[in-house]
Amino acid sequence: MSDLVKFTLDGRELQAAPGTLVIDAAKKAGIEIPAFCYYEGLSLQAACRMCLVEVKGAPKLLAACTLPVAENMVIETESPTVVDARKFTLEFLLTNHPLDCPVCDKGGECELQDMVFRYGAGESRFTEIKHHVDEKQWSPVVFFDAPRCILCYRCVRICDEGMGVKALGVTNRGAYSEITPNMGSHLECDECGACIDICPVGALTSGIYRYQTRPWEMDHVGTICTHCGDGCKTTLGVRNNEIIRGNNRDRSGINGEFLCIKGRYAFDFINHPDRLQSPLMRVNGKLEEVSWSKALVAVAQKFSEIKAASGKIGIIGSNRTSNEENFYLRKFAQAIGTPHLDHRRTGDIATLLDALSGRADALATAEDLYTAQSVLVVGADLAQQHPFLAFQMRANWRHHQSRTFVVTQGPVREDAFATRNLRAEPGQEIDAVTTLADDLKSSGDLIVVFGDSIRGDSLRKLVSFIASLGVPAKYICLLDYSNSRGAFDMGLIPGDGGMSAPEMLAASDLDALWVVGANPLADAALASQNAFVVVQDLFLTETAQRADIVLPAASAYEKTGTVTNTCGQVQRLSKALNVMGAKPDLDIFHLIARGMRLDLGPAQPDKIFSEIRATVKGYDIPLPVIATGGAALTNPVNGNVPHAAASAALVRGSRDTLFTSGTLGRYSPILSKVMEAPGGLYRK
Amino acid sequence: MLFNPPHPAETKVLTRRFGLPNSESIDTYLANDGYKAFLKAREMSQEQIIEEVKLSSLRGRGGAGFPTGMKWSFVPRTSPKPKYIVVNADESEPGTCKDRVLMENDPHGLIEGVLIAALSIGAHRGWVYIRGEYRYLIDIMDRAIEEAYKHGYLGKNIRGTGFDFDFSTHTGAGAYECGEESALLESLEGKRGIPRIRPPFPAVSGAFQCPTILNNVETYYAVPPIILNGGKWYADLGVPKAGGTRMLCLSGHVNTPGVYEIPLGFPMMRAINELGGGMLNGNKLKAVVPGGSSCPLLRAEECDINMDYDSLAKVKSMLGSGGMVVLDETTDMVKFALRIMRFYQHESCGWCIPCREGTLWLKKLLTRLDAGVGSSSDISLVGELAKNMFGRTFCPLGDAAAMPTMSIIEKFRDEFEARLAGVTLPPELVSIA
Repeated sequence: MSDLVKFTLDGRELQAAPGTLVIDAAKKAGIEIPAFCYYEGLSLQAACRMCLVEVKGAPKLLAACTLPVAENMVIETESPTVVDARKFTLEFLLTNHPLDCPVCDKGGECELQDMVFRYGAGESRFTEIKHHVDEKQWSPVVFFDAPRCILCYRCVRICDEGMGVKALGVTNRGAYSEITPNMGSHLECDECGACIDICPVGALTSGIYRYQTRPWEMDHVGTICTHCGDGCKTTLGVRNNEIIRGNNRDRSGINGEFLCIKGRYAFDFINHPDRLQSPLMRVNGKLEEVSWSKALVAVAQKFSEIKAASGKIGIIGSNRTSNEENFYLRKFAQAIGTPHLDHRRTGDIATLLDALSGRADALATAEDLYTAQSVLVVGADLAQQHPFLAFQMRANWRHHQSRTFVVTQGPVREDAFATRNLRAEPGQEIDAVTTLADDLKSSGDLIVVFGDSIRGDSLRKLVSFIASLGVPAKYICLLDYSNSRGAFDMGLIPGDGGMSAPEMLAASDLDALWVVGANPLADAALASQNAFVVVQDLFLTETAQRADIVLPAASAYEKTGTVTNTCGQVQRLSKALNVMGAKPDLDIFHLIARGMRLDLGPAQPDKIFSEIRATVKGYDIPLPVIATGGAALTNPVNGNVPHAAASAALVRGSRDTLFTSGTLGRYSPILSKVMEAPGGLYRK
Repeated sequence: MLFNPPHPAETKVLTRRFGLPNSESIDTYLANDGYKAFLKAREMSQEQIIEEVKLSSLRGRGGAGFPTGMKWSFVPRTSPKPKYIVVNADESEPGTCKDRVLMENDPHGLIEGVLIAALSIGAHRGWVYIRGEYRYLIDIMDRAIEEAYKHGYLGKNIRGTGFDFDFSTHTGAGAYECGEESALLESLEGKRGIPRIRPPFPAVSGAFQCPTILNNVETYYAVPPIILNGGKWYADLGVPKAGGTRMLCLSGHVNTPGVYEIPLGFPMMRAINELGGGMLNGNKLKAVVPGGSSCPLLRAEECDINMDYDSLAKVKSMLGSGGMVVLDETTDMVKFALRIMRFYQHESCGWCIPCREGTLWLKKLLTRLDAGVGSSSDISLVGELAKNMFGRTFCPLGDAAAMPTMSIIEKFRDEFEARLAGVTLPPELVSIA
């Protein structure tokens, strides 16, 4: 790097790397130069003219957002001329901006409001008639109130550059310019709502949040989204025991501001009218509401009887419950002596960990995807299934010109910027990957991201092929739900002589089936006619309908604990609210255990997490990182990965798209309202 | 073919073929020194061509007056990227109508100028971006380009010189903004016509992010005579630092309005009295727009000057694009200010706040003042708003709207005051005023 450039900013002598923009240099020095159109990470506009600064020797004010610092440059950011310019720019802006702050969603967190408080005039000299356009609805998620729009083009850019969707554009010109969906009257997009969050004013509002509350009336709870395996942090706005909105404007968490439709809006399943709020027990062939105590006693009694008779109890755990719950459930299984424990495997993490045994630094984090020099995607439609990982890759390509290689079954969004893209049927991807050898060898450090079709032998082949390239490589094994990785790590897998989930369903002599937060009977039948079935779930799923006892469970937003994302990063859940009648799965386990007089140790998430750190392989991770809301990567596992040999055959991805989320997705009003625009997996 | 009869006070260089029979055909062109300059330039080195253009002190005729040779020399000729030539024929400045006359009467002159520019940087592709409203000109240029291809003056291995060049027309969609060079390039690339952040300038990163020479139509026309007769010959036609002749689009209250070719430094009063045949109906001169509607106006007493870049800069105006509008004593300056602002409001692209909101506000304000509704502070507000736009917009369109407005308020404020005084407000408007 060449020498630093010396310059003077508001009388302070500063230094910055050549090419640094004045607005960034100022920010680093703690001086805020106001701007609407400038946005970190997006292309430059110089359109709003708020960041004009005075540069000694320049005849005019210059835009700090496009001006690189130069040697001996003398810059004034708050001189009377500059402050005047800002004041008058705001005066211009307010001419056609409606003064409906008292009813505007953005009131209280509006950048225009803040600026006018800081620089603006108390009264307007504009006495003409304002230009008005009626509000439009572009989708169930996005509403647009054109008069409030200040045309900073952030929404257009985040959609185009950030999401790779290009759903928004501009029509008309001059003062009548308007942001418009490129489809005309409606949006065909990811419905991610990034445009709404990034809007500095209240022009874009969300169908979920609009006219619900004022921002200062909410508590803000940062927790981890329960939907896909990417592990995005979503900050839930909670008021009166109700989640009003989700966003991540504070950029905490691995995902910064990024959220997809699920993270931002699909928390709404918690209030679905079908939500179970009382235990159900089968009486005379029909499920009837009963009290918690009655239901729990019945479960404990029946389990004790079967245990005493050395019967077969099968347990199917969840991809969405916390690590603590999964760990406790495994302890439960051990205590009652059943080896029949499993969960739905959505990716072959077992084989990957086994193949990587002995290698440190072999697992990539979501952050690594933004910095790696090259990325290879095998057998996955990332933009559909792992929108955050796709976003990271896109940002990496835009900001660092990383090289991307795509080997998928059909066309994917990543094709648009891929260095090379190949099509291969599931199961035949590895042959295609090997043809990329020369490209991969010359592209620097590599991250390999692969989906559920890469498993068992083909996964081992992939790992040894990548190793033969001689470039530093890391892996991400794509798993479908928020704690799929944790379910495997916590040992929700068959013990010695134990049956896997499909085997349990197929076993005609199963005495009891206990399903926690899963819906295996959605696409399979239970062979054992007489099995006693206990289901813990939020809704009356296909599996719950077969149950003898249904226990209403709390969702991830109603509990604390930790979850592990698809990259192996552990993050903490925070409890946002209580839903009447439902209990966290951990409490349910504990109550059943007590009913059976089992001693499973303390049932507080924090204490269980200490136990996990002490006993689970790879989970000896720094507590302060987790406790402060950070993400800690699990440590490499060296050998003895359980169940690796049998794992490949059990892998079955969920094939979820951007707008589905397994059984849970059905109960999200917003997910069922949006148009299935991106066209499912591998859009044509 | 519209053109006015030649006037003895003109210096005919660019227009020397006007009035010849079939002047737009390649046969007439070839019979009158056509494409000789190109063949001569083909024998010269790239440096020699650029040096000759620098020597001519030719300055851009689109309005900004940037030295052409210097602009060409900025092109990184060793860049591995392809280089392009773009002609700005988006002639939209009110009062300006010279490019159309040139292209109508002598389309091959443009092709030859472009070819020489292409030689100077090694470009092999060019476009002429013609404003949407000039639909008929596209046909004329297309015919000329077809002829040039047929006669081997465009295409592969032009006239056996081993030089390749392809050239075609591209239509605008009717936006003044697209006359700004970077907005033109965006539009040429098929995008919305909004200006780009500069630097980089087109010479370094222009069309499709490649080095590009982008000049006004008239500028290209000046190049063949410069190559044929030498840069010094051309420079001597004008004044120091501004060589040659330029097209003057004389309109307004004169007896013989028209497009005339005059040497740089031609006195303004001679233009009015000789070329224009004096004031219409013998009325008194009130003001002159010296070079298109974006230039600050000159009062009658300021008009005794020579028309070159420096002289006009001294009176705080500009030579602009050659659109000279003469206003006599009957002109209503309030209406004039409103008419100008209506144009800029309509043409503002909306990209940046001061221009987008400022022009609309000013239009509404001036409409009200024109109706006689307002107070003295409203008149001051017009000037202030223009001042707040000036120098703070993304591209020069905001300045173009602000400059004439500021000058009108400064120089003709009394007319605004008179307008307000002369109107008795209907009762429902009193409260607004």
